[in-house]
Amino acid sequence: MRLEIGKINITDIRFADSSKIEKGVLYVNPDDLKPVVLEDEHLKDVTFDIAKPGESVRITPVKDVIEPRVKVEGKGGVFPGMIAKVDTVGSGKTLALKGMAVVTAGKIVGFQEGIIDMTGPGAEYTPFSKTLNLVMVCEPVEDLKQHDYEKAVRMAGFRVATKIGELAKDLQADETCVYETCGIKEGIEKYPDLPRVGYVSMLQTQGLLHDTYVYGVDAKQIIPTIISPTEVMDGAIVSGNCVSACDKNPTYIHQNNPVVEDMFAEHGKSFNFVCQIITNENVYLADKERSSNMTAKLCKMLDLDAVIVTQEGFGNPDTDLIMNCKKIEAEGVKTVIVTDEYAGRDGKSQSLADADPAADAVVTGGNANEVIILPKLDKVIGMLDYVNVIAGASDKTLREDGTLEVEIQVITGATNEMGFGYLSAR
Amino acid sequence: MAKIKVVHYINQFFAGIGGEEKADTPAELHKGEVIGPGTAFAAGFGDEAEIVATIVCGDSYFNENIDAAKAEILGWVKDLAPDLFIAGPAFNAGRYGVACGTIAAAVQEELGIKSMTGMYVENPGADMYKDKTYIIQTKDSAAGMRDAVKKMTAFALKYAKGEKIGASCEDNYMNQGVRVNFFEKERGSKRAVDMLIAKLNDKPFTTEYPMPDFDRVEPNPAVKDMAHATIALVTSGGIVPKGNPDHIESSSASKFGEYSLAGVTDLDADTFETAHGGYDPVYANEDADRVLPVDIMRDLEKEGVIGKLHEKYYATVGNGTAVASAKKYGAEIGKRLVADGVDAVILTST
Repeated sequence: MRLEIGKINITDIRFADSSKIEKGVLYVNPDDLKPVVLEDEHLKDVTFDIAKPGESVRITPVKDVIEPRVKVEGKGGVFPGMIAKVDTVGSGKTLALKGMAVVTAGKIVGFQEGIIDMTGPGAEYTPFSKTLNLVMVCEPVEDLKQHDYEKAVRMAGFRVATKIGELAKDLQADETCVYETCGIKEGIEKYPDLPRVGYVSMLQTQGLLHDTYVYGVDAKQIIPTIISPTEVMDGAIVSGNCVSACDKNPTYIHQNNPVVEDMFAEHGKSFNFVCQIITNENVYLADKERSSNMTAKLCKMLDLDAVIVTQEGFGNPDTDLIMNCKKIEAEGVKTVIVTDEYAGRDGKSQSLADADPAADAVVTGGNANEVIILPKLDKVIGMLDYVNVIAGASDKTLREDGTLEVEIQVITGATNEMGFGYLSAR
Repeated sequence: MAKIKVVHYINQFFAGIGGEEKADTPAELHKGEVIGPGTAFAAGFGDEAEIVATIVCGDSYFNENIDAAKAEILGWVKDLAPDLFIAGPAFNAGRYGVACGTIAAAVQEELGIKSMTGMYVENPGADMYKDKTYIIQTKDSAAGMRDAVKKMTAFALKYAKGEKIGASCEDNYMNQGVRVNFFEKERGSKRAVDMLIAKLNDKPFTTEYPMPDFDRVEPNPAVKDMAHATIALVTSGGIVPKGNPDHIESSSASKFGEYSLAGVTDLDADTFETAHGGYDPVYANEDADRVLPVDIMRDLEKEGVIGKLHEKYYATVGNGTAVASAKKYGAEIGKRLVADGVDAVILTST
């Protein structure tokens, strides 16, 4: 499959009377977007705000981060099965608004939302301090259950991102990248001497607000399958989960999957990048066994020589990670796994909930339990009401002087397990 | 700023006294003298630090008279009150490495003075002391002196000045069994691709997290006489009395709670809830028996299947909680359960 990504560089976001993109500036009229959000009867109100890199702004509680994209050539539309119909995407041409993101916020669970600081030490840990963020703070109707609220906010985020993406549909891209994978036979003929490499992407599916969707399907219900990485660039995989902020994979990171990007850079040089395999992280043992068996089998059937395996979340999914690694290695396929660590605030505990000698090549996104002091910032988009109870905080988090004492676990994307960030540990 | 005061410890060989035949040389204090590798350190320190004294001790003497030698040297170091104590480097010399590790660790622990040493990774002193003092990794012989002094000097200045010490791979010390975060030059995905290419081509690569040894717990034998047994409930699912009186954290719990079940036959939405941040709390909050099955236990009690339900239960949050913390809570809860005469425990997780 061949997909062109046309990049439209966004250099500023401003509120204005009419919504449009002109000379790299995104003009937004909130009145155009509000009805898009409030078409869901579960949402009572929404406020839009803009956060720019370097500003003294804290966004919390953050739910998802989404990059606006629009499909201009080829089948289907972005977010198939969620927004567009379920045509197979991943071919043709898609325009992406670079340098910006739509950030959804709201007190959904009260536990597993995150913090994005646009300046200060916290900003170093989150990739979304470097994007211009259009933030939507969504307020639910009375007595709405958490899972209904989550769904309403999730879908509203995709609708808004799609609407903004569509503003770009007649624009010329500033830069175009082409991503192309070969068919099985074609790849063997084209790269007869190169090793065959795949990417196993584990999707968070523990349930109870820990869910991921593929073409609109709850990934708990899938058995592992293959997908073209270009489909994912068109929004075939979206986040619907409230895992700890540091190691959840927001939709933005699926769209801009760094492993895919870096594997494409070596495609046709060091190896033949065959495809992406998606699997899940269900909580039942039978599901774990079945999914890891299937994943190892797919690696074997595709005659892969090696794979990178990435994770989402921690604890329970560590067992899926290790099962995948062990079984794939047992098929004679080499693995590198990407994870993060919960080694305790002192860094002295074992970092994973499971381990195996087969996991001899590990990349880590760092210790999520590391404590950091976040300074008081001038403005909060969202609310601080929940900052003492989000995962990684404690009853001592909000201090008298307005600073926050937290584990980096609370920071969106801090220890990302798809290798989006630079943090590591030894 | 005043110069950083350093006391340097070396053995008889590096002091130029002699080899094995002089290894029984007792400890000597050379105030104001810079000897052997100290010269190279002094050059590296420039104006920032000075060696105020060198302590020389034979390797056999130190290891055979360890308590006396240690006490004597600690006494000298205490009086000199340096900012930093440096031992070695010992390279792959076994007894010298152990001496350097022992004395550096003692200076740090007993005098509270910053200490460091340097040696080869396979020196027996390395495994013994790498978590008790900073050990800079050196080559295996004195041919690596230049390299060792360069790394040790850089570390010494940073450490003595109180600057933040980075991860072991950044500052060239041996990992102390403590995970330290730092920012890499390449993002994780690129590092993974590079590692994959190395592994594919059978080239060397270094894992960023060597797998730990796991602590496996064997289950106890089955309870033979359930009808007279006292059974307790313990959960990591975060079930707490409404309002979470102990403020147990939603993740990375710093404590566990002990709560009464006296007179409680059923947990309901008005009296119990979950503090756990790892799952949708709706169903646990509606009916906390779903996580802590008090209702069923009361039924079993009535039916005579079990003797009785223990009147206290224990709860913490498993979400993101360090194994060391969990181990500590488990040991303490176990002690209390045994003291209360509990026969068996049902552990529930989420």
